[in-house]
Amino acid sequence: MSERTEHSEGRERMPSQHGMSGERLDGLSVRDVRVSFDGFTAVDGVSLEVPAGDIRFLIGPNGAGKTTLVDAITGLVRATGSIRFGDDELLGRPVHRISRLGIGRTFQTSTVFEELSVLQNLDIAAGARRGWATLARRRRGVPDEVAAALETIGLAERAEHLAGTLAHGQKQWLEIGMLLVQDARLLLLDEPVAGMSHEERDATGALLELVSRDRTVVVIEHDMDFLRRFARSVTVLHAGRVLSEGTVAQVQADPRVQEVYLGHPVDAGSTRTPLEA
Amino acid sequence: MTAVTPAPPSTAVRPAPAGTVPPGRPGGRSRLRTVAGFAFGAALLFAVAPLVLSDFRLALLAKYLCVAMVAVGIGIAWGRGGMLTLGQGVFFGLGGYAMAMHLKLADAGPGGMPDFMQLYGQLDELPLWWRPFASPWFALPATVLLPMAVAFGLGSLVFRRRVRGAYFAILSQALAAAMVILLIGQQGTTGGTNGLTDIKGFFGYDLDDPVNQRMVYFIIAGTLLALLALTRQLIHSRYGELLVAVRDGEERVRFLGYDPASVKLVAYVVAAGMAGLAGALFVPAVGIISPALIGIVPSIEFVIGVAVGGRATLLGPVLGAVAVAWARTALSERFPGTWTYLQGLLFVVVVAFLPGGLASLWALARRRDGGEPPPRRGWLSLGRRRAERTEVPAA
Repeated sequence: MSERTEHSEGRERMPSQHGMSGERLDGLSVRDVRVSFDGFTAVDGVSLEVPAGDIRFLIGPNGAGKTTLVDAITGLVRATGSIRFGDDELLGRPVHRISRLGIGRTFQTSTVFEELSVLQNLDIAAGARRGWATLARRRRGVPDEVAAALETIGLAERAEHLAGTLAHGQKQWLEIGMLLVQDARLLLLDEPVAGMSHEERDATGALLELVSRDRTVVVIEHDMDFLRRFARSVTVLHAGRVLSEGTVAQVQADPRVQEVYLGHPVDAGSTRTPLEA
Repeated sequence: MTAVTPAPPSTAVRPAPAGTVPPGRPGGRSRLRTVAGFAFGAALLFAVAPLVLSDFRLALLAKYLCVAMVAVGIGIAWGRGGMLTLGQGVFFGLGGYAMAMHLKLADAGPGGMPDFMQLYGQLDELPLWWRPFASPWFALPATVLLPMAVAFGLGSLVFRRRVRGAYFAILSQALAAAMVILLIGQQGTTGGTNGLTDIKGFFGYDLDDPVNQRMVYFIIAGTLLALLALTRQLIHSRYGELLVAVRDGEERVRFLGYDPASVKLVAYVVAAGMAGLAGALFVPAVGIISPALIGIVPSIEFVIGVAVGGRATLLGPVLGAVAVAWARTALSERFPGTWTYLQGLLFVVVVAFLPGGLASLWALARRRDGGEPPPRRGWLSLGRRRAERTEVPAA
């Protein structure tokens, strides 16, 4: 918030979630990334390319390093190697700077601001580039991009409700809406449909397809049915390394993937193996 | 796709027409209530209190209102920003000492030295760091800017290193202890344990004259109202919403591209400025500033008033601070020695059973009476419909 840009009022920006924006579409490039905690290597030389506009699913058994990889991308943990989004190197930058480069994430547990209204949540998400002069004043009306996001995530009716009163699925949509108004061009979603009903999953999948028109999306997910329906490409992580990569069909046919999922019968992932098609 | 209520993407296909979403703020009614509230407060402080109270009680009220100013700042930093600051005495003291130094020098006259320095200091001339305080043009701004500068320095170090919760509380308390030790240790130039006492004049007015005491009271009451207006603006600004977001999800705010450290820093510095101003006005009202008034115990007492009143509300801290300070006087007049225990008990009861403070009782009562939820931004509840649901301090 220290820099003021010409975007400081926010409303000058195009509502990019409808594909009208002239913002460039960037891909994510992860090269030989390693993350260690006290000698334990959680991510062990992962390289992957997510092309612009992809919906990439990251799967793998518990402890495979999926969330840690996302933590590394967003600056939450230290990593070595190289992570580029478009032309920007992300490693070594603080969390809020990485966010301002257009990288947004959600968490396994919902982290909306429960004591604030849906509208206030979105308004705050839209405002990271506001100057202090704007911050010192009251919000009057609804910024355009916030109004557009309210429609996109289907919460326009509940704009004035406290976020804490929303249903679980709605909170997840609010999180995604916050990424939209934040102008994230890379969305990193950590188990977005966990705990959702079938209808909510369908709606979330359709939302992902919509937002991926002008964004790059990376999803960590255990739900294989959801994966089969909405993934455009899949990366399988295992023990901190990339095990397999490709389309859903290619990954499902990969014998190494089958071995990992079937070779660990006690693992939570094994009950939902890609083979149970 | 299966039909869903509400189905996010289906509505999204058509672009959202801007401006059809409900307006963000209720209109004139709330503003009217605010103006009425301030008018009522002003009438109470400027007309009723001076008529009803004796000079002695009015002087006590002036003192309580100074404590209330500190409380307003704590309400911002702790109630809204989640920073449990147990060391506001430091900023109160900086403001108080800056004012007292100026008044002592003014009492001593041009070229003179404060009485206590001749007594224990064995000093031949005024210490260097006292000299600028001879000028009101330095001393008056310093009462506010000095505490703000110290808060800025400390806050920059602490918030960037992500010190928070109980660690921040302990650190701020340690600062209060350090300041007291420093003041006592430098008796020759600070007055030591006695502090700066026996202040006689206030910019040419004799403080022993009840008329002038009354004037000081009016200045204090007016300042408090001004601080409340400022706080109200701050709470309702976008910054105020952001501050609550930082309190409830600092990491999440970071991932939205903000630097939570600067958001917290502003609230902390504002709170310090208010405490400094309160300290500065406390001096002419009471005629003394001493380490005993700014150390750990008074710092905690500031916080207790805020907790009792309701820390996340606008008026809660003020009413709580005045009520606790009044109870302290009344009860220690009647049962000397028991007040400390009662105060501790009160704090425990409020934190355990009524974390939103007395203000949450108000919100509860309104909900029961009306049979419907209170308006989003009530005078006391300030949008925190669930004030009673606030978490335990220092969490």
